[in-house]
Amino acid sequence: MKQSRSLNFILGIYVVLIFAFVFAPIIFSMIFSFNSQRFPTIPLGEFSTEWYAKVLADPDIWKAARNSLIVSCSTAVIATFLGFCTAYSDFRYNFRFKGPYLALILLPPTIPLIIMALAMLAWLSKIGMSGQLYSIIIAHSVLTAPFAMAVIRLRLNQMDPDLESAAWNLGGSEWQTMRHVIIPFCKPAIFSSLFLTAAVSFDEFAVSWFVSGLNSTLPVVVLEIVQGNIDPQVNAIGTFVFLTSMTLVVLAQLFFASRQIKGIQS
Amino acid sequence: MTKPLVVFDKVQKHFGNFVAVKELDFEIREGEFLAIMGPSGCGKTTTLRMLAGLEAPSIGEIRLNGQVMNDVAPHERDTPLVWQSLALFPFLTARENVEFGLKMRGVDKAERKERAFKWLDKMGILEFENRHISTLSGGQKQRVALARSLVMEPQILLLDEPLSALDAHLVIRMQAVLTDLQRELGITFVYVTHSQSEAFAMADRVIIMGKGEIGQIGTPKEIYRAPANQFVAEFVGRNNILAGKVKSVDGGTARITTPSGEFTVPTNEVNLVEDHNASFVISADLVHIATEEPDGGNKAYCKLISEEFVGSMVTLFLEDAQGHEFKVQMQERELSKFDLHSGDEIWLSWDTQSAHVLNES
Repeated sequence: MKQSRSLNFILGIYVVLIFAFVFAPIIFSMIFSFNSQRFPTIPLGEFSTEWYAKVLADPDIWKAARNSLIVSCSTAVIATFLGFCTAYSDFRYNFRFKGPYLALILLPPTIPLIIMALAMLAWLSKIGMSGQLYSIIIAHSVLTAPFAMAVIRLRLNQMDPDLESAAWNLGGSEWQTMRHVIIPFCKPAIFSSLFLTAAVSFDEFAVSWFVSGLNSTLPVVVLEIVQGNIDPQVNAIGTFVFLTSMTLVVLAQLFFASRQIKGIQS
Repeated sequence: MTKPLVVFDKVQKHFGNFVAVKELDFEIREGEFLAIMGPSGCGKTTTLRMLAGLEAPSIGEIRLNGQVMNDVAPHERDTPLVWQSLALFPFLTARENVEFGLKMRGVDKAERKERAFKWLDKMGILEFENRHISTLSGGQKQRVALARSLVMEPQILLLDEPLSALDAHLVIRMQAVLTDLQRELGITFVYVTHSQSEAFAMADRVIIMGKGEIGQIGTPKEIYRAPANQFVAEFVGRNNILAGKVKSVDGGTARITTPSGEFTVPTNEVNLVEDHNASFVISADLVHIATEEPDGGNKAYCKLISEEFVGSMVTLFLEDAQGHEFKVQMQERELSKFDLHSGDEIWLSWDTQSAHVLNES
């Protein structure tokens, strides 16, 4: 027991270090966002909300935030719908080439983002759909649908396959069964997927930058500001983007966890 | 004679090259408790699923009340099924589960609630109406599953090994619940099981299935005392099976020569021909034991191999000089008079009328 205690201690330290390594830059960015000095140096200047005020006063940033919100909400809905449909088709049907079909669906996240972004730009401009807000929505839906599918598929795999037949047996048509059995059963995963895909879309940069044209999202605006000069506004926006994404991811995890507890109980 | 509710007319079911059901040709009578029993993979569940419309017959017709059901979708049938896995909806409460079918059929809210209450009450689980399924015990879930099907007030209820997940003492209780319900409601029960004790305890008639075919249809007593063929005799168990050649046929009885000796059997309408193969069975509980050689009659001299106790009943496993296995079932208190040990040699005997000739050899 003593040995495992020292092992636990070392593992504890390890975990703390990992978290410190991952979060230190973000924490520093947050701290500097409240610093009155223009340059990120120590010792710090006075506490100030000057940069937040500046951000809030900038109409370009408001526009970008609005774009980000529209894109991430639309992406979440579209990607979750697509993910649900593919996960259900995998659950319900057996067909030839099912293996390749699933592999193809799970492919997008394995493609390097920059390649994906270039390909999206090339294709969308070819069919005259680039440079619009919906261009980003299309690209992000392609990018995040596999995550949605993975989350919902996991949930469907926990479902007793007799449940669907039982609903038919009790007089439910296919659509009634979908509405009253399949969707309620998948509800935690559907919410989890909505938050997760919204989070991925909200802070995605590369694809947005390529296909957005003049409709930049928040991460794109951050880059544009940094390219010009050193401006602590970036820290303020960064803090906002980080907190939003984190909230979404935590919400997704909460649905994920409550689902697993229920899974253990039933 | 009650009229047939369901008719299976030369029904076959193939899955690709696999033949799950070879040929089914039988009737289910209105108001009876019919058990379909067989080893796993015999096609009994497939038969039930065809009745519920979850599988379509490859060949043949299934008729319900004279109407051909082959192409009727499962949700357009009135054949609720109690599932082996129970298949209760985990995101609904007990009452919502019971109301589900009524909701699908468009019954209004007030009536749904009233009917759900009635059945939850009848099953003795009204107090759990608002509980989630995951918080109920196995027996309570079982009752919710029954209420969910019975609330539809069907003509026929299908049950697929519903008691297989319960503890032994609960199984006995649920058997009583099921038989009482069936008598009271007068609806037809079709009960699929691999358990002989469940089938024989509850059913009016039993179908024994093996390898996608019907081995025998009959009352539990008929199947137990007069198995139609070797498969049924072996599946029912606790039977001594002897195979040999017909030596002579004399009116109502015949002499059959087997490696274990020569025996007299009643012919029971089976056409026995001299010098042809024949086999017969004697139920293990109809065999007597003795330390002294009995006078005349059917007898075999055997060595005791082992004993098996189930409650107050004992099954003796014996072997004759040819190595043929015999089984004897008797009360423990009767056996204790003999003071037997394994390796002891004793005489077995039985009345001629206890033997039953099988229809095929």
